Order: sequence, then structure tokens, then C-alpha cells
Amino acid sequence: MKKRKIISKFGTFILRLSAFLVIGAIGIIIYFIIYHGISVISWEFLTSMPVDSMTKGGIFPAIVGTFYLSFGAIIVAFPLGVAAGIYMSEYAKEGIILRIIRIGINNLAGVPSVVFGLFGLALFVVYFKFGSSILSGSLTLGFLILPTIIAASEEALKSVPPTFREASLALGVSKISTILKVVLPSALPGILTGSILGIARAAGETAPIMFTAAAFYTAKLPSSIFDEVMALPYHIYVLATAGTNIEKTRPIQYGTALILLILILCINMVAILIRFHIRRKRKW
Amino acid sequence: MVNPIIKLENLNFYYGVVKALSNITMNFNRNCVTAIIGPSGCGKSTLLRLLNRMNDLIDNTRVEGKVEIDGKDIYSNNVDPVEVRKKVGMVFQKPNPFPKSIYKNIAFGPKINRLARGSKLDDLVEESLKAAALWDEVKDILHHSAMELSGGQQQRLCIARALAMKPEILLMDEPTSALDPISTARIEDLIEDLKEKYSIIIVTHNMQQAARISDFTAFLYLGQLIEYDKTEKIFTNPSNKKTEDYITGRFG
Repeated sequence: MKKRKIISKFGTFILRLSAFLVIGAIGIIIYFIIYHGISVISWEFLTSMPVDSMTKGGIFPAIVGTFYLSFGAIIVAFPLGVAAGIYMSEYAKEGIILRIIRIGINNLAGVPSVVFGLFGLALFVVYFKFGSSILSGSLTLGFLILPTIIAASEEALKSVPPTFREASLALGVSKISTILKVVLPSALPGILTGSILGIARAAGETAPIMFTAAAFYTAKLPSSIFDEVMALPYHIYVLATAGTNIEKTRPIQYGTALILLILILCINMVAILIRFHIRRKRKW
Repeated sequence: MVNPIIKLENLNFYYGVVKALSNITMNFNRNCVTAIIGPSGCGKSTLLRLLNRMNDLIDNTRVEGKVEIDGKDIYSNNVDPVEVRKKVGMVFQKPNPFPKSIYKNIAFGPKINRLARGSKLDDLVEESLKAAALWDEVKDILHHSAMELSGGQQQRLCIARALAMKPEILLMDEPTSALDPISTARIEDLIEDLKEKYSIIIVTHNMQQAARISDFTAFLYLGQLIEYDKTEKIFTNPSNKKTEDYITGRFG
């Protein structure tokens, strides 16, 4: 009896430890980055161009670039993802075709990001001759986050009660109007939450933009979608591996990482707030 | 029976291989309340949903026979179910308002189908809410969410929403089964008033309700029409033994 109690207690302890380890890990990462990076953070760091071969100055162009790329990715992926979600939730019948589409989406989600990078390089940069540009990078990132948005859309649409559809159809409203005027508005908050998480993912990726959009250094901000841009994750990578003075730029590397982390945290926070807001408001 | 609005002829209906309705032939009368009663699973709701082609939404179903509304077979190939549903309104078992304002709930159908706009639409909303005996309760909160209303109010809102499309026929699928007795009484009164302008077909589990509000009653059992007659006759002097057993509570 006593032995069993001890085993039980020990087991619970192990389980709890595993759970707290997660918090511990994220805590250490954040502490580490803040500790090393906080010293360089200033208004100037955020708003000025890098100078002296990027060993001094700010990261403004990288922030701008990351913003453009994430925004571009969502412009590509949102309409496509929502349309696919509508098809899967509202039109496709359960069966072999839908299963093939699902397998496709799951596999797309499982493709390593560097493969997306190579795919983007081959298709957009070389074949379509978009060059290394915001356009190529956005398209590549768009495909990367497409599965997230399709899944979020399908899920959100499916969670709209069927009684809404029935009520609308029974009024002599066509299926497409029912979807656009009743189902989609009800699902929109859920779709937005998923899409925002997609943006966060796109903002943090390095490999997909490495060959398709990101520049080592640009002297000017981009002026068109065919320009190369700097981006936060790639900037970190460059400074940490190929900069002119890797050791000297350590604080800038950590500072950039900190900004990227804050950015993604903020984006995720928006998604959490939207979700919280819907849960409180939703009454069906 | 004079002047029928709906005629059913040898109607069969299948869910996959399961036959849910068999060989139903009957007429529904204009400006009358017709109740369909019968034990669970007898095909009451299935029959009701055949009248506005809502069963089309279920995969793997099949209809045989004829459903004529105003002399036109609604299952013939050139008929658009959307058009049928404009003429045949429906109220469901559980109130199902849209998560929009009261006004928008009523205006939704007419607006999409371009029946009215602007001040005409406002009038139509008012008229529909009055017809559903809800106007006085909601006239000052038209732009509040319909979800704030009580269950009984929501159901009257759903009736008003159906009336706004100016249908000829109103189908009601156990419209009071989710409501308290007071709300139920209000809806029953409302049905009495509505039959002046609409032909109403109501599915109900509640036999007292059928006896109270309907002019004709159809008794369905295992997908077959057992008896169909004036309500009075069905409840006082049914000609079929099964009908008698059911209404006296011996089974069902």
C-alpha cells in the first residue's frame, strides 16, 4: 500500500516536472535573449539604418522588410486559404477526393521550410523571373502558411452551427449567398485568429526567404515589390555567421532576436485577444 | 376537400436504402392549419421537409412521386429549390435566429432577394414583426442582437423572419417543443391568427396542441399515412384502430 503511494507520488512529480520544464525552457530563452540584447535596444536602434558594415546603427530596414514579407504572405495565403477552406467545409463531400486534399495539406504543412525556400527559388525567382524580391519571398511564405490558414478556415466554418445554414436556405437564399452572408461572417473571427498565427509564423522564418527575398544588406528601403529586402530572422543569421565581426556584433544579434521575439509575441497576443473576445461574445 | 394548395401523389422517400415514407397521397388545404402527428421516427419531419425541398440538403436521398404546389410539381427538373423555398417558409424546432440584430434577422431574406429596400424594407420589418406579435416587445431594441431575446421571443422572431419573405405556406417543425407553456400559448394564438393569410402545416408531438390549433390532422405511422381527416373527427371518432391507440396514449 505504502509502496504504491510512493510510486504514485513519484509519477505525479515526474509529470509535473515535464510540464514545468516547458515553462522553464521558454523562460530561459527569453531571459538569455533579454540579458544579452537589452543593452542595444533604443529608439535609434529601431529606427535607423545599419552603419559601419552593420556593426553599428539600427535594424530599421530589417523591421520594414519583415513587415512587408509577412504582409505579402498573408495577402497571398488568406484568399487562397479561405477559398480552399470554404470548398472543403461547404462543398466537398466526405470521400476519396476530400481525403486526398487533406493528405496534400498535411504534407504541405510537414514540408521543411528550407524546401519551401528552394521551391520558391526555382519557381518564382528563376522560372517566373521575379528575382530575389519581396514578391518571390511573399509568395514562398504564403505557400508555407497556406496549410495553417486552410485548416483554421475549415475548422472555423465547420464550427458554425448547421442551423444557421438551414435558417438561411429555408428563406429562399441561395447556397453561395448563405455562405457569404451568414456562414463566413460567423466564422471570420476564427479564420482571423488562424491567419494571424500564420503571419507570426511567416515573420519568424529564415530558410524560405534566404534564397527568395532576403538581402545581406541594402542601403535603401525597398521601393517596389521587385526589390530585395532585409528581414529580422535573416539579419540575425547573417550577423551570427557571416558578419564582418561576429563577436563584436553579438549584442546587435541578440537585440535583433529580442525585437523579433517581441514582434511575434505581440502578433500572437492579438490572436489570443481575438479568440478571448469571441469566446465571451459567442452565444451559440 | 376544397381548394388544396399542396397535393401529394404516391410520394415515396428514401434515406439511402431505407424507405422513410411510403406511398403518401394527400392534399393540404389553403388557409387551414394542418397538423401532422405520429410517434418519433414516423416520418413527420421528413414529410414536412419534402414540401420545401430541405431534404435536398441531405446526401444520398431519393424522392419518388409528386409534390404539387399550386398545381406545379416542385420536384420536376426545371424547378429551382431556392424558388420553392421563397414561397414555402419554414420555422424550426429550436429557435435559430442569426447572430445579428433583430432588424437584420428580419431584413435578411427580403434584402438578399431584393424584395424591398430603404423605407419599404423598414415597413416590411415592422409589418412582419407585427404579424408575429413581437413588434411591441422589440420596437425599441430593433438594433440589439437577436440573441438577447428569450426563447419564445426568438421563435416568434423566426416566424417573423419567415413571414417577411411573404410566403404562401408556412411549415412548422415542432415549433414549441423547446419553449415554456406561456411562450407556447402565445405561438399557438399566433398560428390561429396567421391562418387567415397563410396555409400552415405543423408537425407536433403534442396531441393537445394538434387538437387545439389545427383544422385537419394527419396521423403518420412508420412512414405511412394511416388517417387524415378533420381534426375533430380524428380526436373524437377516429376510424382507424391505430389512430385511436395513438391519440389515447396506448403507444407512441
